[in-house]
Amino acid sequence: MRPSLVAGAVAVAVFAVAAALGGLLSSYSTGLLIDCLIFAVLALGLNLLLGQTGLPSLGHAAYFGVGAYTAGLVMLHVSDSFWWGAAAAIAASMAVGAVYGLLALRTSGVYFLIITLALGQITFAIAFSWRSLTGGDDGLRGIGRPDLGLPGLNVDTTAGYYLLALAAAAAALLLMRLIVRSPFGEALRGIHQNPDRMAALGYNVWLYKFLAFVISAGFAGWAGVIFVYYKGFISPEAVGIVVSAEVTLMVIVGGAGTLIGPFLGAFLVVFMSHVVSGYTDRWLTVLGLLYICVMLFAPKGIVTLVGDAWRARRSA
Amino acid sequence: MAFYTIQILNGLSLAMLLFLIASGLSVIFGLMRIINLAHGSFYLLGGYIGLSVLNQTGSFWLAILVAAALVAVIGMVLQRVLLERVHGNELGQVLMSFGVLLVISDLALWFWGGLPQTLDRPDFLDGALRFAGLFFPKYRVALIVCGFAVALAIWLIIERTRIGAVIRAGVDDADMVRAIGFDIKMIFLLVFGAGAALAGAAGVLGGAMLGIYPGADFEVVLQAFAVVVIGGLGSLRGAFVGSLLIGFSDTIGKALLPEFAMFTIFVPMVAMLVIRPEGLFGRA
Repeated sequence: MRPSLVAGAVAVAVFAVAAALGGLLSSYSTGLLIDCLIFAVLALGLNLLLGQTGLPSLGHAAYFGVGAYTAGLVMLHVSDSFWWGAAAAIAASMAVGAVYGLLALRTSGVYFLIITLALGQITFAIAFSWRSLTGGDDGLRGIGRPDLGLPGLNVDTTAGYYLLALAAAAAALLLMRLIVRSPFGEALRGIHQNPDRMAALGYNVWLYKFLAFVISAGFAGWAGVIFVYYKGFISPEAVGIVVSAEVTLMVIVGGAGTLIGPFLGAFLVVFMSHVVSGYTDRWLTVLGLLYICVMLFAPKGIVTLVGDAWRARRSA
Repeated sequence: MAFYTIQILNGLSLAMLLFLIASGLSVIFGLMRIINLAHGSFYLLGGYIGLSVLNQTGSFWLAILVAAALVAVIGMVLQRVLLERVHGNELGQVLMSFGVLLVISDLALWFWGGLPQTLDRPDFLDGALRFAGLFFPKYRVALIVCGFAVALAIWLIIERTRIGAVIRAGVDDADMVRAIGFDIKMIFLLVFGAGAALAGAAGVLGGAMLGIYPGADFEVVLQAFAVVVIGGLGSLRGAFVGSLLIGFSDTIGKALLPEFAMFTIFVPMVAMLVIRPEGLFGRA
């Protein structure tokens, strides 16, 4: 069989087993898995920019937050339909992504890192200061579970919501696979490796980067939708640099530029945070050490490390 | 009138505090291309170490000295053991130094507690000067004088001494400096240590003005980055002018438009990056 078919079959099997697990696990474990899936989608979105296109955005929590706030506001003031909330949230995230992309793509290299960080902090400041819309530092509260309009799926229970989160993550993974395998995705990797050459070949490098930025923001918004309907609240912390840096860590620890790496990275970091914070109050020290160790020992991520070891064995 | 005089005084004193932090950050970036978020931790540690020394000995001057010396050592260890290993990987440096910032802030919280604390000023700097019917807090005046003196000293070292000439050459072309026989690694280490010492001393000086508290590390490093971006990465003159601009925009913005207080740092920063990424005095 072709490797891509094997990978597809494995992915389907993993998601099927995961769906079956939902009914068996305790609601604590299911909730933990939902958290993992949410951050996996966010990391997947960032990876399109960071891993595929080579643009290290340090403000990705901004689009996550815009999606979450928008979906929350739609639920509180307009409609309890999941689809309206999700559509509005993704549109809003992509719109903010477009504006920020226009500004950020004026810079490159280290300046790109700094401007995306600054734009993320401006978004945090808006969430904090625009009290009449966002509730200020209290955030939005009392956001109920949405109505999917699908008979037979009750998302009011944790187990039911888990199925929704799983489907949302599977849809995101499938769509991302289509994007990175398309000629568009090929062009992004070409730009990552050699932008001048791609420009010489007639590609509009700026436009490709811009589109990657906007699409990446859309994925982050989708993650925000799943997040806010699950938690029932959203506050400015979800928009700040701590979340942005953590998502970047997830992408890197899993393997930037790979499809499955960001998923693994998100699971690893979220699991670790839950497990370690159960044992010690010094969770931030452990997280900080994780940042340091990953940069020292696995800067290319687990998937790449395993892949290299595998190829070395086969060629030996 | 009194309102504006006080705002100008506050803006100037904040600017001088920012300069102590940002000057090191900027020269370190210019020389080593390191984006060091843990520079904020140097400020935080300086403040807390100063606090402990002050509580033990009662001497403000000893507090500054010990804080600067210890933070310089911590900074040099950090540069040698960790940051040097991710040289050339900008995102790696940012994330690693963010990790260091998390570890230090968590350990500081553990050791010194979570309540905001203020360092006691020396007695002769308490109170205010009266001049032309206005009151000027003595400590802020002293901080401004001290900031200008340090700026002058750094300028003299960089522009008028042999080691300064080597540092300037290193900013332009570190490989060439190494090629003509200077121990560039030692120069990197010394400059990093000096930058850390300045930030540590700033922690003591700032801790007596603004207090020292969990989260001050991140707040300060973001302000310092705004200064460095506006002035131009690697430029000492830029750090000075940038400190004045951010010091005043932050102080006056907060006084006149308190509802926009959180935007006074980042909006000028983004505007500068969009219009002129290399900053006022940076080289493209």
